[in-house]
Amino acid sequence: MSATGIGATVRRKEDFRFITGQGQYTDDVVRPGETRAAFVRSPHASAKIKSVDAGAAKKMPGVVAVLTGFDLAKDKIGNLICGWMIHSKDGSPMKMAPHPALASGTVNHVGDAVAVVIGETLAQARDAAEKVKVDYEVLTAVVDPAKAQAAGAPQIHPDIAKNTIYQWHLGDAKATDAAFAAAKHVTKLDIVNNRLVPNAIEPRAALAEYDAGTDNLTLWNTSQNPHVARLVIAAFVGMAPEHKLRVIAPDVGGGFGSKIFIYPEEVVCLWASRKVKRPVKWTADRSESFLTDAHGRDHVTHAELALDANGKILALRAKTIANLGAYMSTFSSSVPTYLYGTLLSGQYDIPSIYCEVDAVYTNTAPVDAYRGAGRPEATFVVERLVEVAARQMGIEPTELRKRNFIKSFPHQTPVIMAYDAGDYLASLKKAVEAADVKGFAKRKREAVRHGKLRGLGYSTYIEACGIAPSQAVGSLGAGVGLWESAEVRVNPTGSVEVLTGCHAHGQGHETTFAQLVSERLGIPFENVSIVHGDTDKVQFGMGTYGSRSGAVGMSAIVKALDKVEAKAKKVAAFMLEAAESDIEFKDGKFTVAGTDKSAAFADVALNAYIAHKFTGAELEPGLKETSFYDPTNFTFPAGCHICEVEVDIETGKTEIVNWTAVDDFGTVINPMIVEGQVHGGIAQGVGQALLEGAVYSKEGQLVTGSMMDYTMPRAHDLPSFHVGLTETKSPSNPLGIKGCGEAGAIAAPAAVINAITDAIGTENLAMPATANAVWTALQGAKPRQAA
Amino acid sequence: MAMVMTGEVQLPASREVVYAKLNDAEVLKACIPGCEELNKISDTELQAVAVTKIGPVKARFKGKVHLTDLDPPNGYKISGEGDGGVAGFAKGGATVALTEKDGGTLLTYNVEAQIGGKLAQLGQRLVNGAAKKIADDFFKNFAATVTAG
Repeated sequence: MSATGIGATVRRKEDFRFITGQGQYTDDVVRPGETRAAFVRSPHASAKIKSVDAGAAKKMPGVVAVLTGFDLAKDKIGNLICGWMIHSKDGSPMKMAPHPALASGTVNHVGDAVAVVIGETLAQARDAAEKVKVDYEVLTAVVDPAKAQAAGAPQIHPDIAKNTIYQWHLGDAKATDAAFAAAKHVTKLDIVNNRLVPNAIEPRAALAEYDAGTDNLTLWNTSQNPHVARLVIAAFVGMAPEHKLRVIAPDVGGGFGSKIFIYPEEVVCLWASRKVKRPVKWTADRSESFLTDAHGRDHVTHAELALDANGKILALRAKTIANLGAYMSTFSSSVPTYLYGTLLSGQYDIPSIYCEVDAVYTNTAPVDAYRGAGRPEATFVVERLVEVAARQMGIEPTELRKRNFIKSFPHQTPVIMAYDAGDYLASLKKAVEAADVKGFAKRKREAVRHGKLRGLGYSTYIEACGIAPSQAVGSLGAGVGLWESAEVRVNPTGSVEVLTGCHAHGQGHETTFAQLVSERLGIPFENVSIVHGDTDKVQFGMGTYGSRSGAVGMSAIVKALDKVEAKAKKVAAFMLEAAESDIEFKDGKFTVAGTDKSAAFADVALNAYIAHKFTGAELEPGLKETSFYDPTNFTFPAGCHICEVEVDIETGKTEIVNWTAVDDFGTVINPMIVEGQVHGGIAQGVGQALLEGAVYSKEGQLVTGSMMDYTMPRAHDLPSFHVGLTETKSPSNPLGIKGCGEAGAIAAPAAVINAITDAIGTENLAMPATANAVWTALQGAKPRQAA
Repeated sequence: MAMVMTGEVQLPASREVVYAKLNDAEVLKACIPGCEELNKISDTELQAVAVTKIGPVKARFKGKVHLTDLDPPNGYKISGEGDGGVAGFAKGGATVALTEKDGGTLLTYNVEAQIGGKLAQLGQRLVNGAAKKIADDFFKNFAATVTAG
């Protein structure tokens, strides 16, 4: 391992510009003649738009244009779409309601945009937006996903009966029912996976510019996948042909999934910029972010686990209602299906699984992928069931897990996934030691003496990452392939630019990708630049989400580097006057086997470009190679998180006193970045478990619509984490990487709730487990005696 | 977002006098906090403009006020809805009951209100507090008017 190669803790290159305020975010980009957009949004969750009167607004100072949903429809701008087809169990396709970028007929959630004001300044645009008069006929809203399908519930979209998008299922119902009938013990749980608001630090933004001379449109946006945004906006929305639309996603300040999707505001800015023939910029304020960023989670589930007398799991079944909000966001359909049902086997050898998912519309903001996307929901179901079953059967929770762990690989689960590698016992064992589980009973006794209840909770999670083999996801309904591309450009002086289709918005790709190149080419880390996020520079790519950049994106770079090395060897052979087969490459040096003749990488690069040592008939000049890499399987990061809590008996306040995480991410490129990802993930998972919850009133008003009512985790809510690693390499990509971006958020909620319920002695506790919720649960429970 | 508030206020006047003042547009205009206009369209319908400021949101609400369930001198129901533009909307009503007590009148009220849009997105504690203050101010002003005769 070199000082800057694979496995080295290298400081992040990008942090200098971020922490010195020199990042270039969408809102920092300023174009000549730029105007500002302010959206007029519905204050009602469900209403008919009777009329929109823009007369007074148009007369306001500085107003360039006022455009409405009616104008958008007149210009035949296409609807936003959901790109993953799910079929119901009866074979019928999912029911996708039209989603115009500006509403003209009805509004379906608070925050649904009906008009946009383009002004010389933001203040002028906002003042004029107040003058747009929208006459609404208010309709009854439906907000609770569990009530959306009821007879007599308001129907949100015409022709979509019972607000039901699909009724999907996975697994063998008959075999599962038979296993339950034969079971000695059945554990049943009703689970609500609470709705979350993503809250990236940088709010969403869009800046669109139309060049009348070339008829080209450029969009700067806060996207995790600019190429997919361009594809959808060109092919489905019909804004411009793909080659006439450039999408640039510059520095992006956090995404967590919420910036994967194509949003109405981007479409509207593009459309408006062509109409007013000036650049149009929009940046969400925090209130708009709360109302219109795609939310996460929001499942209502009944789950059951069947076990034999020895605690061997026989079967699992789950029935889930997933709230997808008022419209189907870009990948919303896949989250509660193929990213959820397929992970219900957890780390366990479960013979039969059956899962049913009804996805419903409600008059709330759209719901889509959020850090973990479906896999936190699955882990919560599995890990709560296993922990509760262990308690009910009087088996130590780690022992019940050990009895059921998958121990040989590859392992085919009954829910599509084929796990390729792992060692679940190893991560459990290491975590149990690091968490000093042996000393827990003593700590619990001591806690009682100062009025605290101590609890220990486990989460042995699994996730499917490295998203994803294209053919596999295609067979499951995905509208796109999920390979990744890389282009490695070696400059004549030997420095290197890597163009990647991945997109960094906090992950540190500029560092880790450079580490890979530094190691492979034996050149200084400083001599490598990573280029991403611009459809004019990178030919195509699928972006960053689903912990895919390492496993898929870096694998594409490996493949391109293989080609670079092969070509460079040809150049070196001419330079060193040797046979190509005799050229060896190591530590940045080309040598002729068995001789002392050598050429440095930079010399070979220069010779590739000056092309003096070979003729055009012998070799093409230049040193630049491209690769498209499609993985052969998902990757399966897994591990064990142990949370230890103290609950104040008087107030119900939970304090996390110890957190141990032992994760198997396969090959680790930069341990410091991986640890950072684990920390951030746990913080988000703890946020879900203890603090966060998006709440709509029954009329459809978002009552947790600001930081006053929606609680994000802060430093004082978290302990110092004990983080460790085990390693089994993924056999499904050349580097053996599994991915680490989502693990913490997937593992954490179950660990926290398992710990609190252990402490308070009742399983009847919903997330977020606020002090009030825990105190209330405590009133109905008799705490377990100190062990 | 729905809110419920209840309260009572003792007034030194007969129920007939109190009831008449509750139906007097000029009195109501003087008592409603931030009221800029209140015009009678009919005996039971009024047109109102009021400015409200809650935290960072200041809005001019325009709307209609209806008087229903008229039961002189025992009470009535006053309800209305206002449109505050981008700030959102507010609608609701108050059941007002008048009973004789201690030689005067005890006025009790039950307010049910709903707000939406940007207003509802403000901190709940902020909105509930502000709404309670508006109701309190109204009945304080009203009591002062009745006391002044």
